[in-house]
Amino acid sequence: MGDLDLLWGGLQAAVTPENLMYAAIGVLLGTFVGVLPGIGPAMAVALLLPVTFGLEPTSAFIMFAGIYYGGMYGGSTTSILLNTPGESASVMTALEGNKMAKAGRAAQALATAAIGSFIAGTIGTLLVALFAPMLADVAVDIGAPSYVAIIVLALVMTSTVLGSSRLRGLVALFLGLSIGLVGLDLNTGQPRLSFGVPQLVDRLDIVVVAVGIFALGEAMWVAAHLRRNPLQIIPVGRPWMGREDWRRSWKPWLRGTAVGFPFGAIPAGGAEIPTFLSYVTERKLARDQGEFGKGAIEGVAGPEAANNASAAGMFVPLLALGVPVTATASVMLAALEGYGIQPGPQLMTEQSDLVWTLLASLLIGNTLLLVLNLPLAPLWAKLLQIPRPQLYAGILFFACLGAYSVNLDPFDIALLLAFGLLGLAMRRFGLPVLPLILGVILGPILETKLREALAISDGAYSSLLGEPLAVVVYVILALALVLRLVLARVRPAGFEPDDIDVRDEEKVNR
Amino acid sequence: MKALTIVALALALSACGVTRGDDSQDIAMWIPNSPGGGYDQTGRAAVGVIEGEQIIDGTMEVTNILGAGGSVALTRLMGEEGNDHLLMTVGLGVVGSAYSFALDYKLTDATPIAQLIEDQEGVLVPADSPFKTIDDLVAAWEDDPGGVVIGGGSSPGGPDHLFPMQLAEAVGVEPSELRYVPYDGGGPLTTALLGNKIQVGFSGLGEFEGQIAAGELRVLAVSGEERLTGESVKDIPTLTESGIDLVFTNWRGILAPPGISDERRDELIAYVEEMHGTPEWEAALEKNGWIDEFKTGDEFGDFLEDQDARVASTLEEVGLL
Repeated sequence: MGDLDLLWGGLQAAVTPENLMYAAIGVLLGTFVGVLPGIGPAMAVALLLPVTFGLEPTSAFIMFAGIYYGGMYGGSTTSILLNTPGESASVMTALEGNKMAKAGRAAQALATAAIGSFIAGTIGTLLVALFAPMLADVAVDIGAPSYVAIIVLALVMTSTVLGSSRLRGLVALFLGLSIGLVGLDLNTGQPRLSFGVPQLVDRLDIVVVAVGIFALGEAMWVAAHLRRNPLQIIPVGRPWMGREDWRRSWKPWLRGTAVGFPFGAIPAGGAEIPTFLSYVTERKLARDQGEFGKGAIEGVAGPEAANNASAAGMFVPLLALGVPVTATASVMLAALEGYGIQPGPQLMTEQSDLVWTLLASLLIGNTLLLVLNLPLAPLWAKLLQIPRPQLYAGILFFACLGAYSVNLDPFDIALLLAFGLLGLAMRRFGLPVLPLILGVILGPILETKLREALAISDGAYSSLLGEPLAVVVYVILALALVLRLVLARVRPAGFEPDDIDVRDEEKVNR
Repeated sequence: MKALTIVALALALSACGVTRGDDSQDIAMWIPNSPGGGYDQTGRAAVGVIEGEQIIDGTMEVTNILGAGGSVALTRLMGEEGNDHLLMTVGLGVVGSAYSFALDYKLTDATPIAQLIEDQEGVLVPADSPFKTIDDLVAAWEDDPGGVVIGGGSSPGGPDHLFPMQLAEAVGVEPSELRYVPYDGGGPLTTALLGNKIQVGFSGLGEFEGQIAAGELRVLAVSGEERLTGESVKDIPTLTESGIDLVFTNWRGILAPPGISDERRDELIAYVEEMHGTPEWEAALEKNGWIDEFKTGDEFGDFLEDQDARVASTLEEVGLL
């Protein structure tokens, strides 16, 4: 392939000791800023972008790529260690990752996240290099009806994570869907459930909801039980991934990549749906399903790979169409324009040197991330040795700082605390957290896309079957449901996987 | 952990804003949407020139206050009564939001400083669209107003929604019968047009330059008084050239909080006037394809009154008010 030669040329031009140093600085800075809760890659890139000004384009790209990957990995780090996801894409990582950390396996979780990110990022970048213009042509044909189908599929799959009590699971799911309704109705411009508070009009930030419910809720729960329960000591685990960890990780890495990349490449795809799909897939396929919810390494490896693959896929619409599909992509678009790149249909032909340099830089940044962060994983894991009261105080401080720093509005801290209380109440009454988060994530996307589809067709529901991909998804869904019914007949009432049910944790605690 | 704390402290400090005494020359500039958006580009361009040319002795700090199409920022501006070290970038979209969110305030309740620029809208179609001229679209509308799927990058009340509504009214088509699909900004609108999901898009043309230059999207008409000057857009006719009596422009300008002294108001206006006279500002206009439409003080205030009435009547027309 001629394109691979061009990429190779870009790599050779880019790998100099000086550039590698810039990449290393970028990765470190990105990671440090990315670990602040509430600061996802978009913010990290925006905050650190000025650092790259004044460098010549190749060095600037490389440092920029380092910051980007560092920021993403920083978000995963806090998800795993502190249960405070920095952005919506690392919410799924927090589920199993934090459980692993509490079981003394933080280093393994961080390592599988780093290696999975590296593999997914590398494969994704190569796919962008080879197929971007072609993929972009296909991607614009995927419209609202196909999204609706995919989200219906995802919602059906949430049934697998409802937990041991269906009723409680559904309550949590609908609570999440209601939270997702808060804010501006895009179609009529009317605010909903905002109670006259202007800050509520722009929809609730999923990060504030997740950090509030995960981190603050947990901190309050622990604080409420401090006197009754002696603190659990987090065991000191081994620093590296063992043979068993490798064996269990490599398939999720590849599956996550396969799920994540297409979602990044379709406009408005984003990382939320693929990380979730990867999580439930791994959960379904896991040999020991009981381990899910208690720290299964597959549940970190898959979503992390999906996250990074979709982040790489994002460059397809960005470079080929000039369309940013995520917040990070918007910041990146502004940055690329600052370097004199004008993304759009002509970019690949008119400024191909810059594109190949950029793609080569992404590969270098990705590699440096692995090289620098893998040895750091055991060090990060030591963070959990901080005594609990101080650790939770630190989490509260950083969570509030993160929530405040986005808009500089004290209201966001109040909101964070409100969701913290909700998280505490959910733990108290045994409502599972995951369905709620899914409701918050999937509800608004489903609504927007459904209404877009119906607005285009003037209310004709038949239009929901108007795209080939939509039909294919519904057929798969129908087959899966039929298969399940048949299996249920053939097999006696089967084993229901236990869930990320806080009640389990409660039992352990007592 | 130490490094973490340092980064966090640095962030916290940089986020603190400027504490100032009364003799300070510093001025804060609020932007009512996210970095990279239209208000942001205009506001930051103005701040860049004022700082670069040292028109004021102090510094200018830019803060993006997001939320509800500018309503959050406008509400906070009203709460800063008498603060004469504060400016805010506003535009047509904020006028619409003030209605959509039923605010108790209008832009005219603040202190008008200056209108800075005008920005044209364009009528976009995919390359293979049967619509070759704006007349083709009008004919299709007259035939069946709801039969043409149109879209824009703003929710109802925003510029991309107001423009097709006023266009329909100008050609005698009932605005409330149009089938308008709102998209969340220029990006999703681009893909909807490229994928032939909608037939016509209404938007400012800045975000579409690449597609227009590549011939993947065509522009039937621009909405300003005169044609645009850019290489790929200079052959596009205006609406008036096509015989439609409508000039529609998205504009942006600067407000100060209510209740500041007349002397301070005149001082702030003088700063902006000095900025407007620099070659650097001219270069910024050129670079962004903005039209130089500058008016200050009471003249800008009258313009705001007029805009307010126009937006209100359009929203009433389509049943949103």
